[in-house]
Amino acid sequence: MIGFAQEEWVPRIPLDEWTSRAVDWVTDTFEGFFDVLGAVIETVVGAMQFVFTAPPALAVIAALAVLAFLLAGWRMAVFTALGLVFMISLGLWEETALTLALILVAATVSLAIGIPIGILAAKSRSLENALRPVLDLMQTMPAFVYLVPVVVLLGLGAGPALIATVIFAMPPAVRLTMLGIQQVPKETVEAAQAFGATSWQTLWKVELPLSLKSIMAGVNQVIMLSLSMVVIAGLVGFSGLGDPVVSGLNTLDVGLSFVGGIGIVIVAIILDRVTRKASERGGTGKTA
Amino acid sequence: MRRSGGSKQEVEKAAGCTIGVYDANFEVYRGEIFVVIGLSGSGKSTLLRLINRLIEPTEGSVYLDGELISRMSKAQIREVRRKRMGMVFQHFGLLPNRTVLDNVAFGLEIQGVPAAERRKRGEETLELVGLEGQGQKRITELSGGMQQRVGLARALATGQEILLMDEPFSALDPLIRRDMQNLFLDIQGEVHRTVLFITHDLDEALRLGHRVAIMRDGEIVQVGTPEEILTNPADEYVERFIEDVDYAKVRQVEAAMVDPKEIAYETEGPRVVLRRMKQAGLSTIFVVDDERRLVGLCDAEDVARLVEQGEPSLGAAIDTSASRVPCGTPLRKVLPLFVERDLPVAVVDKDDRLEGVVVRGSLIASLTTGVDVPDDEEMLAGVEREDAAGVPGESGEARA
Repeated sequence: MIGFAQEEWVPRIPLDEWTSRAVDWVTDTFEGFFDVLGAVIETVVGAMQFVFTAPPALAVIAALAVLAFLLAGWRMAVFTALGLVFMISLGLWEETALTLALILVAATVSLAIGIPIGILAAKSRSLENALRPVLDLMQTMPAFVYLVPVVVLLGLGAGPALIATVIFAMPPAVRLTMLGIQQVPKETVEAAQAFGATSWQTLWKVELPLSLKSIMAGVNQVIMLSLSMVVIAGLVGFSGLGDPVVSGLNTLDVGLSFVGGIGIVIVAIILDRVTRKASERGGTGKTA
Repeated sequence: MRRSGGSKQEVEKAAGCTIGVYDANFEVYRGEIFVVIGLSGSGKSTLLRLINRLIEPTEGSVYLDGELISRMSKAQIREVRRKRMGMVFQHFGLLPNRTVLDNVAFGLEIQGVPAAERRKRGEETLELVGLEGQGQKRITELSGGMQQRVGLARALATGQEILLMDEPFSALDPLIRRDMQNLFLDIQGEVHRTVLFITHDLDEALRLGHRVAIMRDGEIVQVGTPEEILTNPADEYVERFIEDVDYAKVRQVEAAMVDPKEIAYETEGPRVVLRRMKQAGLSTIFVVDDERRLVGLCDAEDVARLVEQGEPSLGAAIDTSASRVPCGTPLRKVLPLFVERDLPVAVVDKDDRLEGVVVRGSLIASLTTGVDVPDDEEMLAGVEREDAAGVPGESGEARA
């Protein structure tokens, strides 16, 4: 009786049907657009992968160590070199290079979209309020849910891997940029205005330099979250460090997936330490 | 809304917003230090920001040399901020990621002044505020007082004729605050800016301001010179505001000065002088030369001794070490002179001419009331009004 009453009183919302229909509609209507988008992503990530994989492994590692030295000092450079050489001895260099290429592209896209949105949101309360649930959704919605429509739209490979990574990794760029700019003392911004700075000058000379530390923390977060998506990327056919984990899982090869896991951890530690050190340096104002 | 007669509280309730500033009419003259004082929340900082439009006024007009600031376009107001108004902030508003020099030159940088010129003018301004050679330091290496010197230099470097100062010294320790006030007065003496100064510190207002405006609930209650406000408070609010004023700090010696009842000339003989002192009922008398320049003070007993000895000249009885202070001396500096010895103090102008005298009675009157001394003189001097001269006299000394 009670079950029957519930059916009577609470109407069922066919959200699932609506979503399916919407995705179908988008797929049909924008097919051309998504084909182009898929091709562009494929090309950009492919080019990046070429940069990482074409030269000899040790040359790439040396270049990355130099980069780490410039960003974070010689300790981090040594750590980076050792970590990456260890990846060669694990037989994972190819996968590591592919993953680094994907992370580089994904983080760049996330920051290029996230930082400007963060700046706008810091200035507009209504945009901030509108963004908050969207950002929550992006971070909490399980990746598998949007993976399927993206695969339907773009096919397997770098396309869905990149889109899924960007969706998951972008929120901290928005949030921490917004936070950083809102934390700039009001009087300091007023001072810039009182001396006749345009809003552009205020942004470049005051707000961005003073929120650099927070923005750099956002960069670190974006990179770390990008890395955490490599297994998902492996699921949609992107062969990076997620690949050995996924195939290990499929073939019940414990050793293979463990090696893949260790590889991810090492790359994660390198990226985290280097970007964190770099952001600490940025925060003290040395770069400004 | 407020114009139709509701009180601030009523209107705020009805409209669901806050009235920052309402009915604040005043003019600031060129080269003047105009101080706005009020309790926190009285709208003084808002008032300041309405002037350079960091806050947009909903109604009303702000004129700068006859130009209507409140109607200017964004580009025009930016030009005014760049070229005509500088601002100093309570919490300095400096950029911690830049050096001292780069902070000072910030306004010039905004205007697109070339780097070399910026550097030169920045260093000149640093010298003005006493920070020469510290241009390469980081802001965080400086103490609060030093940081505010940088803030002041930044506002001076661009050469604007108007300075808006938003409680610039309120965040500093009392001792440093005093130093900064002096420094500011020194600099102002050199640069002669038109200053609009906001504070909640009455001592500061009375010390710095040529004119002072008292603000309450967004309205200006009274505008006047410090002396006018102290002697003639417009209403109960102002009265309560100034009741804790330390008059010794804010008043000058003129407030306690009275005309000498009689004076002696150094060329006169002791007999004449003694007779005049007896008539006026004085125990001491100031002696001047024929151009009314102060020579010293004579005591009645010493003059009487000269008369007994038959001396023809007053000279031997004149105490040339008598206390004298120039016009404009704060009362606080006059007080100790009465601790050492209970003799009247002479007030002299810049040519050393005798302007008036301060006696114990007039000094006490000036420290305890907001009313001008001569009005109270009658009460204090009641003892010996038979003196026909009618000049308020040295009542406190009338013992002879």
